[in-house]
Amino acid sequence: MRSLAAAPLWGLWFAFLALPFSGLEGSLRIGLACALVVGAARLAGVVLRAEAVAPRVAKGRETVAELWESFLRGMRDKRVAPFVLLGIMALPWWLGRYETDVLVIAGIYVMLALGLNVVVGFAGLLDLGYVAFYAVGAYSYALLNTWLGLPFWPALLGGAALSAAFGILLGIPVLRLRGDYLAIVTLGFGEIIRIVLNNWDDVTRGPNGILGIGRPLLGEFRLSQPMHFFYLVLALCLFTIFIVNRLNRSRIGRAWAAMREDESAAECMGVDLVHAKLTAFAFGASWAGLAGVVFAAKQTFVSPESFSFFESVIILCMVVLGGMGSVPGVILGALILIILPEMLREITFFRPMLLGGALVLMMALRPQGFLEARGLRLAEGALPPEMREKAERTGR
Amino acid sequence: MLTQQIVNGIVVGSVYALIALGYTLVYGILQLINFAHGEIYMMGAYVGIAVLAVLGAMGVTEQSLAISILLVFLVPMVYCAAYGVTLERVAYRPLRRAPRLSPLISAIGMSIFLQNYVQVAQGARERAFPNLLHLGSFELMGAHVSGLQVFILAAALAMMAGLQVFIHKTRLGRAMRATALDRTMASLVGVDVNHVIAMTFAIGSILAAVAGVMVGMYYGVVNHYIGFVAGIKAFTAAVLGGIGNVTGALLGGFLLALLESFWAGYVSAVYKDVFAFAVLIVVLIFRPEGILGGSAAETDRS
Repeated sequence: MRSLAAAPLWGLWFAFLALPFSGLEGSLRIGLACALVVGAARLAGVVLRAEAVAPRVAKGRETVAELWESFLRGMRDKRVAPFVLLGIMALPWWLGRYETDVLVIAGIYVMLALGLNVVVGFAGLLDLGYVAFYAVGAYSYALLNTWLGLPFWPALLGGAALSAAFGILLGIPVLRLRGDYLAIVTLGFGEIIRIVLNNWDDVTRGPNGILGIGRPLLGEFRLSQPMHFFYLVLALCLFTIFIVNRLNRSRIGRAWAAMREDESAAECMGVDLVHAKLTAFAFGASWAGLAGVVFAAKQTFVSPESFSFFESVIILCMVVLGGMGSVPGVILGALILIILPEMLREITFFRPMLLGGALVLMMALRPQGFLEARGLRLAEGALPPEMREKAERTGR
Repeated sequence: MLTQQIVNGIVVGSVYALIALGYTLVYGILQLINFAHGEIYMMGAYVGIAVLAVLGAMGVTEQSLAISILLVFLVPMVYCAAYGVTLERVAYRPLRRAPRLSPLISAIGMSIFLQNYVQVAQGARERAFPNLLHLGSFELMGAHVSGLQVFILAAALAMMAGLQVFIHKTRLGRAMRATALDRTMASLVGVDVNHVIAMTFAIGSILAAVAGVMVGMYYGVVNHYIGFVAGIKAFTAAVLGGIGNVTGALLGGFLLALLESFWAGYVSAVYKDVFAFAVLIVVLIFRPEGILGGSAAETDRS
């Protein structure tokens, strides 16, 4: 109960802190809201931990987890999956043009988030300048297409390759650095790319951006409608999911996980850290490049505005909130963060603030994200049950 | 031209150095990059504007310049100390035992949150910082030096000297040094580590508040975005001097600002920020421990 009494104090404190910014009335409101939230959270803590309630809460959690498990199993089931896919494919026929367009954007972000997830979630390297590689992909297609008339499909490969090259270029100097340095160097790199795009007028036309980028051609057919891009992005997303899942279970995926948990231990076990870090960087970057090319082709216009630091933060939020290292989690994170603001237009103004707060809260309350990444499943009978359970818990 | 660049570089350098001290103090103790430190500096400038608005409305600015100057520094210092302590309590303390990625992500979240809170509360437009000091200017070896520049340099040097005295002569300063050397050992010999960490955040934030108010006076305008770039540059300065090393932060701050000033004056003003980032990357490749790194006790604990 004593912790409950602290709620008004927290409220007063935050009202004091907000005073120079929000004025008297605003800061009082903030203080009141704070006191209520802290009070409610503390109260919930007391109630949920009470002896009469706690077992039921635990049981409820288990039920939800089981339901979710069976849902995921169902989605993967060979008899169900085709119907789910058909359902998704039917979406643009049912939705309007605008909604389809939102889904295309969401799909591009799914690709980006899955790419960043390889770097952050699988390999444990915090990249705050991820959007730079997205920009490299988008601008490489924009420039090659408007100058040399390079078609979309070769550019898709070219943009990915060029981004990967940039990823390795950035990766080499930061190989020796610890995670926090890495974060700030990648952040600096992202800003360098944006400033150069903004100022190198002869090539990038500065803040005006590049107009009239060609649409992709499929034989004679020109992809121009949101619906066409929907199928293109859907195919690329499925391809990404397939590759990312395979990677995670591959030799290099295991090396990444080992490196993420403990670099020194991984090195002792024979993991080549240089190789592991560079492949993670290169892979993440190439996927951003791929998404960038698609983005440029969809918009037919690119400008430095689309590649601000905040874009990197949004993509990082998708990975962190969804669940670092968990493929379904990251997809969910990307879909929520793109579709939710479209549905709740009033919060657009507060979105950056909410995202920042969500990152802090998530780290404090549920650092594993909405959906926790699961370790590799061991073969049935490979270990005795009790050891097996432990291995699965700690094996991620 | 050359002396002018040097004068400008020294003035900006004193601001970088003050912010860099905050990074270095926190890093020395927690091995954590406090990403939100730049935002504290930005908020210091905004609190300064709020103080000036209140003082102006009460007519204090016309009556007594000395009191106004005192308050315009003192109130932001108090507020920023409070922000720093709260930041540590809310975003970092619960994560002290978490994997190393968690506090970093929390720090970025806090930075985004604060920056956008200020934007929501104060508007996205630039805010004017009222000119309080009407000091003249003079010529020094061909350079134009304003009284305000002298004032800024003097105030910054005074803060730095005060910090040195604090770290080396007071009880809390000694506790801070002990905590930086070995947190567990310090707590075993009776240092209240949580208190020391909170105080470290408070001191770093006070220095950032002074820097924020000075920048507001110097440029006459502030916006909610200044903390981001200043934060990265001050971090670069801290790394350049050797992160965790107090003298290094001062050296790095002045050195980076001078280099940047020469670059902007003789090569390209547009790519000024790119130059600072490039310095950061080059330093990290060739000498990640910084110029004075290695002499500091805490460099080898990664």
